[in-house]
Amino acid sequence: MIVLFSIFLLTLLLITAIAIVRTQNLFVAVMLMGIASLLIAANFFLMDAADVALTEAAIGAGISTVLFLSALALTTERERGASQRKALSFAVVTAATLVVIYATFDKPRFGDPEAPVQTHVSPWYLEKTREYIDIPNAVTAVLGSFRGYDTLGEVFVVLTAGIGVLFLLGTGAGGRGISTLEPNARLRHDLIPRTVGRLLIPFILLFGLYVQFHGEYGPGGGFQAGAFIAAAVILFALLEGEERTLKVIPQRVLIGLTAGGALLYTAVGIAGMLLGGNFLDYSVLAENPIKGQQYGIILIEAGVGLTVTGVLLSIFHAFAARRT
Amino acid sequence: MEFLGLYHYWAFAVLLMIGFYAVIAKTNLIKKLIGLSLFQAAVFLLYITMGKVEGGTAPIFSSANETGLFSNPLPQVLILTAIVVGISTMALGLGIVVRIKEEYGSIEEHQIQEIDRR
Repeated sequence: MIVLFSIFLLTLLLITAIAIVRTQNLFVAVMLMGIASLLIAANFFLMDAADVALTEAAIGAGISTVLFLSALALTTERERGASQRKALSFAVVTAATLVVIYATFDKPRFGDPEAPVQTHVSPWYLEKTREYIDIPNAVTAVLGSFRGYDTLGEVFVVLTAGIGVLFLLGTGAGGRGISTLEPNARLRHDLIPRTVGRLLIPFILLFGLYVQFHGEYGPGGGFQAGAFIAAAVILFALLEGEERTLKVIPQRVLIGLTAGGALLYTAVGIAGMLLGGNFLDYSVLAENPIKGQQYGIILIEAGVGLTVTGVLLSIFHAFAARRT
Repeated sequence: MEFLGLYHYWAFAVLLMIGFYAVIAKTNLIKKLIGLSLFQAAVFLLYITMGKVEGGTAPIFSSANETGLFSNPLPQVLILTAIVVGISTMALGLGIVVRIKEEYGSIEEHQIQEIDRR
């Protein structure tokens, strides 16, 4: 049953993807990308990946759409010029698709518990999560503790990308001119979006905090929470305008959040070293190693949440504050 | 049933190549980035599909789930972080496109190359 439903979703996804590539109107393409993201998120949920579904729904369908739209406002909405080397590209792509499909016949059966991917390290993670960390969500345990190095690296990649965008587009500070949001902030005068949006924002923020601090027990964690909180603030900016948002959360606070989160993560790692363990070894943070692991995960998740919120909002402001 | 299971991988292959087609055949830089994010989404789908265990549940322990059959948490962790990294790098790409538009007045690849040749 689940397989059939997911086949249905995947077919819709492929149709959407073809429509995205075919349309000449970039605005339509971006909107269809939002739908594609939602379909992907639903499919992730069917594949038991609740955490990933949450992230994809918030990032793919929410923030990525807003970023693409602000980029369209600064560039163009229509695609000019036909595709180049159409026949050649099509031939290459078809051949590659057939090769990949041929390779799938060698893949283990879908959902096979004996597949190599299921028998390597993951049984160890599932087993030791209860023994070493004792939190219900194994995804958070692997993310925060077992593979903490990876996550630290990802946080720094996010930080670096954020800094890169600020270098390219500027922070928007210093009265650069009219923001792209201001002249067409028609949403402000529409009663229904404005009222509904205002009602929604506190709940989205609350849900973001819940996802942040409940990540050890259910689906969630810093990455998702950061995306939710950023989405709430972006919604506020769409309703109330760029200027009022920057009054509520000024640029320097955002930069502080961005750097502070990454520093908090690193500091937790170094604290482990100072207390006699290895880098990012949380067991030494408290008397009881299991408690230490839990404190460590809560702290680094907070760091992740701060950095992701800071970077996503800085990127949004950098795009929104740029004059066309 | 065997066939139905493979459909997931075929959808992955087709989506991957739809994205790739947009990257190589389209001249509009934003369209190329959209293609790139389809390509990326296809890879995410492949990872999550591989992690699914038949009859398993999300890897969250609870008293209601004593069978101990969980889907693989590792691909989920990798993709969870990859999605957030993906949006940040996509924003960087969009930032570069916006700067190109400001400098060249166009985001069509062939026009940019023409201006460069002059």
